[in-house]
Amino acid sequence: MGPFVPEVISDQLNLVVALILGIGFGFALEQAGFSSSRRLAGVFYGYDFTVLRVFFTAAVTAMSGVLLLGYFGLLDTDAIFVNPTWLRPAVAGGAIMGVGFVLGGYCPGTSVCAAAIGKIDAMFFVGGGLFGVLAFGEMYPLYHGFYESTPLGSIKIFDSLGMSQGMFAFLLIVIAVGAFAGTTVIEKRVNKKSAPSLGFSTRNHLIAGAGVVALGIVFIFLPDRKTHIIDRVSNPAYLSTHPVKLMTADELAFRIVDHEPRMRIIDIRTPAACAKLALPGSSNIQVRDLFGKDWITMLSQRHVKKVLVADSEPEEHAACLLLEKLGYENIAALHGGLDAFNATIMNPSAVIPAGTRWDTDVFRFRETARKDILAMIEKNKNGGSKEIKKVKKIQGGC
Amino acid sequence: MKTKYMNPYLAGFFLGVVLLATIFITGRGLGASGAIKSVVVATVDGVAPSHAENSQFYSTYVGPGKDNPLKSWLVFEMAGVVIGAFISGLVSDRLKIVTEAGPRVGTRLRWMFAALGGALFGIGAQFARGCTSGAALSGMAVLSTAGFVTMMAIFGTGYAVAYVARKLWL
Repeated sequence: MGPFVPEVISDQLNLVVALILGIGFGFALEQAGFSSSRRLAGVFYGYDFTVLRVFFTAAVTAMSGVLLLGYFGLLDTDAIFVNPTWLRPAVAGGAIMGVGFVLGGYCPGTSVCAAAIGKIDAMFFVGGGLFGVLAFGEMYPLYHGFYESTPLGSIKIFDSLGMSQGMFAFLLIVIAVGAFAGTTVIEKRVNKKSAPSLGFSTRNHLIAGAGVVALGIVFIFLPDRKTHIIDRVSNPAYLSTHPVKLMTADELAFRIVDHEPRMRIIDIRTPAACAKLALPGSSNIQVRDLFGKDWITMLSQRHVKKVLVADSEPEEHAACLLLEKLGYENIAALHGGLDAFNATIMNPSAVIPAGTRWDTDVFRFRETARKDILAMIEKNKNGGSKEIKKVKKIQGGC
Repeated sequence: MKTKYMNPYLAGFFLGVVLLATIFITGRGLGASGAIKSVVVATVDGVAPSHAENSQFYSTYVGPGKDNPLKSWLVFEMAGVVIGAFISGLVSDRLKIVTEAGPRVGTRLRWMFAALGGALFGIGAQFARGCTSGAALSGMAVLSTAGFVTMMAIFGTGYAVAYVARKLWL
């Protein structure tokens, strides 16, 4: 499952990969005609819409590929770099670049391409770019505050617009194909003699456009893989027909105070809830993260029992079924959830079901277990949690 | 005789596949302005290391324990772009030392405006954390809000000021 950095491809090898992908990037840009400033500027005057065609086709192709690879589980879309949004600086920076595009006739990537095939104006553009970054760096304190303003994190456009991922993908495709058709009409009117679109075969382009829109319609119905699987295993009807092993609160308490080495507790509650109070030695993992690579080593130890805990049993049950679906074994859910655990073990006034001759023993066991567990939690607090998840996020951006 | 350019949709598809391969293999997108920044940062660090370390901007990239800024993914990628574009120019017979300008613009004026446009891109790409490639195109591929915002800001402003600058191109 992609991406392969950093697990499969080391940081060093990644630089070689960068060079090879860069060759493809440069070749594609030059073949598209992006090494000509007059061609690039044409998009703003209607005589040549090559930029729009290449740019939107590339964006739609890559986006469709990411969605499809994600759906088939070949690419972990939660692990890829999503450019974080700083809203106001993004708008201001984009506006400055827009002026630069019209005046200079290039953008940084295309200017390097054009310079590589000998365009002198592109070399001036690259030189200007170097000067621009230097000027920005030297005057940085003046606008440092603005530069860091309105940080919104790695948000996604479909969330910002309040629609589903698939619906957004469909709309983007429709807008792109509509823009292709509309700008071709404009281009032929503005540039009667040498419009690039004069040479296009109308029939072939219509077929291709229809094909892309059909793919867009598929996207509307294409769910996000992780959400889809989680929804399926959380369905009450599915839960009732797929039982999992249960561990009683007493057994879990016994194993905790016994320091059982062949058991790991996985707490799927929110980090905030776990920060308040969590069982000693437990690992806090969000359900969506169970798909990822970070926990494979721990989860695939077959001789270690993985006990899932959450506030209620159905949440644990669904997470257990998800783990089974992902191919992991030796999984159990805490019977009755943490609610039951808190009510029986952690509550000193818990009622012991009367009537059996073990009542006093049960009471004494729970009394001791509670004290031990509280002591263990206290000790972990002072000594710091031993389970610190190392997060090695992929870095990207310019 | 120059060879014709590739059909733009086909070229766009090819570019999209390269971008998709980049995301699939490395988990990140393509870029361009980041490499220009690395060159500037490395130069400033080489010429005036103490200035670089004391600067709020450069110190994020240079200093003790940090790799040489030139040893970055985007610098290697842009080195590839130079090679790839050169190969493309070679096979399509477009290698030529020439200045390209609008019909009513002289060489000197074209150079001045090209440098000015480059400078604006250099500044703008810092605010937007990327240029047309790194922020707009790669951002759109992973459905980042920043990608779409930056793309619309670039092209929206471009259209807004195009009329004023029409003598440069028409």
